[in-house]
Amino acid sequence: MMQSRSVQIWVGLFVIAGMAALLMLSIKVSNIRAFSNEQGYELNANFENIGGLKVRSPVTMAGVVVGRVSHIGFDSEIYEAVVTLNIDPRYDNLPEDTSASIFTSGLLGEQYIGLEAGGAENYLHDGDRIQLTQSAIVLEKLIGQFLVSQADE
Amino acid sequence: MSAEPLSTEQPSVPEAWVRIRGLRYVRGEQVIFDGVDMDIPRGRLTAIMGPSGTGKTTLLRLIGGQLRADAGTVEVAGQNVASLHSKALYRLRKRMGMLFQNGALLTDLSVFDNVAFPLREHTRLPERMIRDLVLMKLHAVGLRGARELMPAQLSGGMARRVALARAIALDPEMVLFDEPFTGQDPISLGVLVTLLRSLTDALGLTSVVVSHDVQESLSIADYVYVISAGRVVEHGTPQALWQSTSPWVQQFLQGQSDGPVPFHYPASDYRADLLADGL
Amino acid sequence: MMDFLQRLGATTLGVTERIGRGHLFLLYVLGGFPSLLPRFGLVIKQIYASGVLSLLIIAVSGLFVGMVLALQGYNTLVDFGATESLGVVVALSLVRELGPVMGALLFAGRAGSALTAEIGLMKATEQLSAMEMMAVNPLHRVVAPRLLGGIIAMPLLAAIFSAVGIVGGYLVAVGLLGVDEGAFWSQMQAKVDLFDDVASGVIKSVVFGFVVTWIALFEGYDAVPTSEGVSRATTRTVVHASLAVLGLNFILTALMFGDD
Repeated sequence: MMQSRSVQIWVGLFVIAGMAALLMLSIKVSNIRAFSNEQGYELNANFENIGGLKVRSPVTMAGVVVGRVSHIGFDSEIYEAVVTLNIDPRYDNLPEDTSASIFTSGLLGEQYIGLEAGGAENYLHDGDRIQLTQSAIVLEKLIGQFLVSQADE
Repeated sequence: MSAEPLSTEQPSVPEAWVRIRGLRYVRGEQVIFDGVDMDIPRGRLTAIMGPSGTGKTTLLRLIGGQLRADAGTVEVAGQNVASLHSKALYRLRKRMGMLFQNGALLTDLSVFDNVAFPLREHTRLPERMIRDLVLMKLHAVGLRGARELMPAQLSGGMARRVALARAIALDPEMVLFDEPFTGQDPISLGVLVTLLRSLTDALGLTSVVVSHDVQESLSIADYVYVISAGRVVEHGTPQALWQSTSPWVQQFLQGQSDGPVPFHYPASDYRADLLADGL
Repeated sequence: MMDFLQRLGATTLGVTERIGRGHLFLLYVLGGFPSLLPRFGLVIKQIYASGVLSLLIIAVSGLFVGMVLALQGYNTLVDFGATESLGVVVALSLVRELGPVMGALLFAGRAGSALTAEIGLMKATEQLSAMEMMAVNPLHRVVAPRLLGGIIAMPLLAAIFSAVGIVGGYLVAVGLLGVDEGAFWSQMQAKVDLFDDVASGVIKSVVFGFVVTWIALFEGYDAVPTSEGVSRATTRTVVHASLAVLGLNFILTALMFGDD
């Protein structure tokens, strides 16, 4: 009896340790998604070039994550990328003339969408399109332009 | 229940609890049994004897339903073992116990838990009652004091006695003993011989002892079968057996080194063999 | 030529037959799972045997693997001035791959071989036969709780491996190499995803725990019941289980991370 008791205690400790490890992995190590796709509202934005943007890349405003990219599509009529953003419902007062740009965090970091609020009085609603967009800066293009302008001089 | 008649209602059973007819069993190329007939009477101690390698253990496994015969039937308590589906077979096995050659105790359980094992598996008795039953069985084999030991701490003879206590834990009607006397010192041998006889009488067990130990087996058996080369060579009471006219049986019983079973393994001519090397 | 063909055929038949028997064995064992619920004590005993007893080797290995990851990762990242990403490198490698895979390999060596030896010896000493004669199905009574115990223990062990490894990486990165503590954790949190990375690692380790334990139990149950047969079966368990883990890892990785 004593033996099986200590076995049970050990197994209990083992399970707690395992659970604690899992908990650490999910809280300390990974980001629990604060909001899932169903909860937020969706905005669309067209970009000429999205660079390395991926589904679930962050959408930030003044550096704060307010949503994530939920879908990336391609409009074959105007040859542009259609990015769907899922915005946390807490931020439901984005002005209509908000602009969206694709930035890179650091020189080699991942790409994200930065929103910048405009001054309009009406707010964006679920399904609306962000009109003002700025595509990703493609490094190769930039270097190319730089070299061309150097050669011109 | 209605699907399987109880043994007591079977008219053919009272004399023979195990009835074997025309048994044939082949393992690979080797014919182990070829036309064996046997009747094992209820409530008696039957010894099945024969030289090593004649498939005595195989016979027990055929009776217990762990193996299936290639031809012929093995009936236990009126039921053809080979035709039983697994549930019915398990129900039948609860009515028999088996003592394996080395006890086959579960090494991760103590003596007490080993004897309690079949009780805990098959009954929903309260732990207090299981304790009483286990102690009674252990007392019957004289090992009540050893209940806390682990199987690794037991001598071979003690392990067999614990296994015996376990085999009778569910109060079976039949117990099969696989070589219970092999490799025992004289004292444990005496203990086991006495135990086998006294338990058979006290519990009204149908005991089947498979053995090649002539003296011990004949001293306690009510009835003896001698098998060799896949056949029953002789059967009868021990007294009748000593009177047997078969030279083979006499050689076996008296342990003579040469006789119908030659001392030499079949070989070519000795002289020719030696000379062949000299060339 | 005929000889070669015959040998090839015989080997193929032998392997196929063994695989078939392995699956039948699994089927019978799974049949014993429902009867385990009222007797969960049997499973707890097996979680102890395969989980708790493997804890030390898993934790120590995890610590060292995490520390090495941090050292190696640092050497590479420092060239790009991206040492803040060290936490990401360590955490992703551990959570996605090394935790489940190394954990399973160690599990195969520690718990798998012990299971094979145990079942093989039980067969060799006729304990399984004795159970059958006591009208107890050893596949249900002996094998099923061990399989369930392995399936439960393995993901916990893999999670502990990863967690300890991340702590080891943290100690080296922050303590030894001077990586900024805040960046280490925050970069990690930004890039490691609960579902894509942590949960898929857990799924992997459940699969590995199942497969390793299954192989170990089958090898033991199928072993030639002699001491030589059991020792061979033990070796086979470690080899086959390790190969199965590595092969399956590739398939699972392709399935889970392939469309990224």
